[in-house]
Amino acid sequence: MKFRSLALAASIAAIGLTSTIATTSAYAQAKEQFFPVIVYRTGAYAANGGPWANGYVDFLKLVNAKGGINGVKLSFEECETGYATDRGVECYERLKGKGATVFQPLSTGITFALTEKAPVDKIPLITAGYGRSESQNGAVFSWNFPLLGTYWVGADVAIQHIGKLAGGLDKLKGKKIALVYHDSPYGKEPIPALQERAKMHGFELQLLPVAHPGVEQKATWLQIRQSKPDNVLLWGWGVMNSTALKEAQATGYPREKMIGIWWAGAEPDVKDVGAGAKGYSALTLQHGAEPGSKVAKDVLELVHAKGQGTGPKEEVGSVLYMRGLISAMLGVEGVRKAQERYGKGKVMTGEQTRWGLENLNLDQKALDGMGFANVMRPVQTSCLDHMGSSWVRVHTWDGAKWNFTSDWYQSDEKVLRPMVMLASGKYAEEKKIAPRTPEQCKQ
Amino acid sequence: MGFFIETLIGGLMAGMLYSLVALGFVLIFKASGVFNFAQGAMVLFAALAMARFSGWANAALGGDSLFLANVIAFMGAGIVMWIVAWVIERLVLRNLVNQEGATLLMATLGITYVLEGIGQTLFGSEIYSIDVGMPKDPVIMFESLFEGGILINKEDFIAALIAAILVAVLTLFFQKTPIGRALRAVADDHQAALSIGIPLNRIWVIVWCVAGVVALVAGIIWGSKLGVQFSLATVAMRALPVVILGGLTSVPGAIVGGLIIGVGEKLSEVYLGPMVGGGIEIWFAYMLALVFLLFRPQGLFGEKIIDRV
Repeated sequence: MKFRSLALAASIAAIGLTSTIATTSAYAQAKEQFFPVIVYRTGAYAANGGPWANGYVDFLKLVNAKGGINGVKLSFEECETGYATDRGVECYERLKGKGATVFQPLSTGITFALTEKAPVDKIPLITAGYGRSESQNGAVFSWNFPLLGTYWVGADVAIQHIGKLAGGLDKLKGKKIALVYHDSPYGKEPIPALQERAKMHGFELQLLPVAHPGVEQKATWLQIRQSKPDNVLLWGWGVMNSTALKEAQATGYPREKMIGIWWAGAEPDVKDVGAGAKGYSALTLQHGAEPGSKVAKDVLELVHAKGQGTGPKEEVGSVLYMRGLISAMLGVEGVRKAQERYGKGKVMTGEQTRWGLENLNLDQKALDGMGFANVMRPVQTSCLDHMGSSWVRVHTWDGAKWNFTSDWYQSDEKVLRPMVMLASGKYAEEKKIAPRTPEQCKQ
Repeated sequence: MGFFIETLIGGLMAGMLYSLVALGFVLIFKASGVFNFAQGAMVLFAALAMARFSGWANAALGGDSLFLANVIAFMGAGIVMWIVAWVIERLVLRNLVNQEGATLLMATLGITYVLEGIGQTLFGSEIYSIDVGMPKDPVIMFESLFEGGILINKEDFIAALIAAILVAVLTLFFQKTPIGRALRAVADDHQAALSIGIPLNRIWVIVWCVAGVVALVAGIIWGSKLGVQFSLATVAMRALPVVILGGLTSVPGAIVGGLIIGVGEKLSEVYLGPMVGGGIEIWFAYMLALVFLLFRPQGLFGEKIIDRV
């Protein structure tokens, strides 16, 4: 009997203690804005996924080092996907319950899979520079934010750039442009925009898919050698990019005639090729390699110097590192904007953050103040435009580093807007989604 | 015609490189009856070791002698592969003597993940380069005969030559040396080999070491071509149709199988690909192998299995 009483007392004490800890923990969590970090540090695309993840996490740490978002500290947790869609969905399911603010999957495949889940869970998806191009239309894709640019923007600007080099878009008539693309939703995404431009200007578009992961391209480049296209657009990711450049060298195709998308224009894509990639150009999602920017210096000073850097400090400012950092910044600014409406110093829900992202207004002064001077141009979103900007530059590899070689471009809305409206309209019809009205957008 | 010949030559040279990886499968299967699913991971592991040791040795030598750095790295990576072979024998194979083939296959599947994980943890997951002085620019021949000439990739040509030499050496090793004969005896029957005094454990270490060296050579060649990164492990998947077609027990089968697959996938991509949207070479290689299996289930050079009823 005595033992039973003792056990009962111990159990009650244990339950009490546990609930106290749980309450404390919940309280601590409630004061933090949680950012799930979906990454791939392993697998076929690790060399590209790693720097992006390091930039993303370093920026969250930088915000904390500067006091958080109006005093709200950020917490985060990484989940490894290996670039596999099923594992990406698994990560989403695991982390959404922890109060996820926003997801950034860094994979068009995972984005496609999460697009139908996000509205149910009311968590926004930021897909800066990737994802579904028609998701620019926020009236239909209420929870998707392809901020800064979509693949249709990339395709459109690539053709503008080729046209400019040729002496005008009218000079493209009769020319041949080959698209060497990753045979996946990512690689196929630019095709409608390129076909539209081909129709407009009268050039021939040659489509050459490359199977994942892209290490075998001999047949592709032999076809290029035979068909002799005037330009090659490279829409690869990871090892596919460096392999393409090596095969171009091995088949004697001039690298100066190759233009990559912004996911084929970072250091891991060309470093291993070195001088063999000299003259190769790629689009940039506004920024390039920015080791001299103020934000990169801030990261080194406030994060790395204190021993809290996520990756090697030499990586800070590299192209994909900056892409991750800017992606994190966009999420953070969405929360900051939401706080203006729903209460400064408070933790925002996914729904509130969605409003913030939809009303983002990062003018040049604000960007410069955050350390993004000469790195980025203004971003302004709305209900109908979840992209916010379409500024693109071109940079060229000189054998050792990337240098900007063009002025700023913007996609032609007269070409792309009808395509976005048509494709998003079809999606709405197929999924039986009623597009939001202007009144609903204001809510 | 010129383009057809060019594609054919490209396919033959790619096929030799597949053969190099397929050899690793054949060696281990021939000598231990184990279908080593970890061959691709061994290629990655060996290439990572070579690339990092070469980088470190080059830095230690002040960047003066890349050749010496590569020699040191090759020896270092060779030792690493010997250690890998020893550990696999001690921790995995020794406990699985006389087990079903499926059990051993699953064990090598486990080894694959362990090697990939440890390799990237120890050596990092960035893209590393192996510079063994392979020429990267093409050479154009027979320009007077064909418009635009025939393009030969010098790097692929040298790689194919190295693969051919390695195959010749291994064939001699298996056929003419006492160790080679012992390896074949072990493959036939573990218990029978033990009963006539063949030290099973030592033989297994030797064969995994040889497979490790083949993986190292394949890793250097593929790493020099593609850069050393995770996708090297997937190169093994390109060699699977080769061993299906050539037979698991035949070194010449790995070569002929490699050449057929190499040529088949390149010609299919170039001539059939455009009709069906392209990107077919990977699955077409498997389809080709499966078609061969319909007629010769043991593969082109595989041993015919005859069981008494």
